[in-house]
Amino acid sequence: MPDFEQPTGRSGLSRLRWAIWIVVGVAALVGLAILYDRARPLSDPASGYANAFGGPFTLTAPDGSTVTEKTLAGKPYAIFFGFTRCPDVCPTSLARMARLRKQLGADGMKFNIIFVSVDPGHDKPADLGNYVALFGTPIMGLTGTEAQLAQIKKGYGVYSAKVPQPGGDYTIDHTAAITLMTAKGAFSGTIDHQESDTVALEKLKRLIA
Amino acid sequence: MTIRNLPLSALGALTLFATTAALAHDYKVGSLSIEHPWSRETAVGQKVGGGFMTITNKGSREDRLLSGTSPVAAEVQLHTMSMDGGIMRMRQVEGGIAVPAKGKLELKPGGYHIMFMGLKRPLKQGERLPVTLRFQRAGSVTVQVAVQPVGSAGLMEGGHAGL
Repeated sequence: MPDFEQPTGRSGLSRLRWAIWIVVGVAALVGLAILYDRARPLSDPASGYANAFGGPFTLTAPDGSTVTEKTLAGKPYAIFFGFTRCPDVCPTSLARMARLRKQLGADGMKFNIIFVSVDPGHDKPADLGNYVALFGTPIMGLTGTEAQLAQIKKGYGVYSAKVPQPGGDYTIDHTAAITLMTAKGAFSGTIDHQESDTVALEKLKRLIA
Repeated sequence: MTIRNLPLSALGALTLFATTAALAHDYKVGSLSIEHPWSRETAVGQKVGGGFMTITNKGSREDRLLSGTSPVAAEVQLHTMSMDGGIMRMRQVEGGIAVPAKGKLELKPGGYHIMFMGLKRPLKQGERLPVTLRFQRAGSVTVQVAVQPVGSAGLMEGGHAGL
């Protein structure tokens, strides 16, 4: 910015100072607004579903029945988004949840495990029923229309996108974390793909406590 | 890992080792050896499955895994997977995957793998399925892929602390 290095008159300098202060002020306001927006749903779980993390959704269970946030209310749950053609993260995460549940013993059934397929093009509700049955513990396998999935992905801050593959087929990039939700449908935490079982187990104990 | 969990981890490692030893199976072609190819069981209606193995090259020239075929799948593709800011990304690899000279190529969860596309039937735990791999220099070799429980992560447990 050569202008700034050239000798500047007194009025030019003060104008520059004003400009900088305005920029700083606007940035601070924007930052505060973002912080407020993020903190609000988490700090006020009693504010209802409307503007909270999670929120309302409508999906379909393997038996064709409809599952909404109301169906899940009353019991904490661990929810994971993926697709059955996912080679690794999905089976590993679901098998891990099954293993952790077993380690919790009798408390293991105090939370639901939910797998949401974001690939309605390949995964039909009945397919999801067969898929989740592989893991040897009750897991709800849910999916829905693109619009229904868009709604729950937005509510849970989940990213997923179809990526075309050379053969004309597609794969899906997606968020790999497991989200933990309380019995009231409020955000409790996440379990990351890379986290140890010890940490994950503590988070689950806190969830069902 | 805390000290308290050490005995448990040791037990886990031993169990894994015993399981692995029981399942271990190797194949050789040219200067390549292919160790313990494995896959996960799949559900009825599930049309794809991943395959994993370690390919060691004792030769002084790089080789390339070009493609594969199997009677159980319409197609065997080469894929890679990566985690990028919490997002899982899987991609088909074109042009093969290098097996470095005096080195190894690991096909494992979280990275390169073969992908069975259009499975003609579910893969059952305990069975072995033939897969023919084609290499640029070493040529073709048929290996038997061991189908393991869906929760298998190869030799790994709870992350990337592989043996």
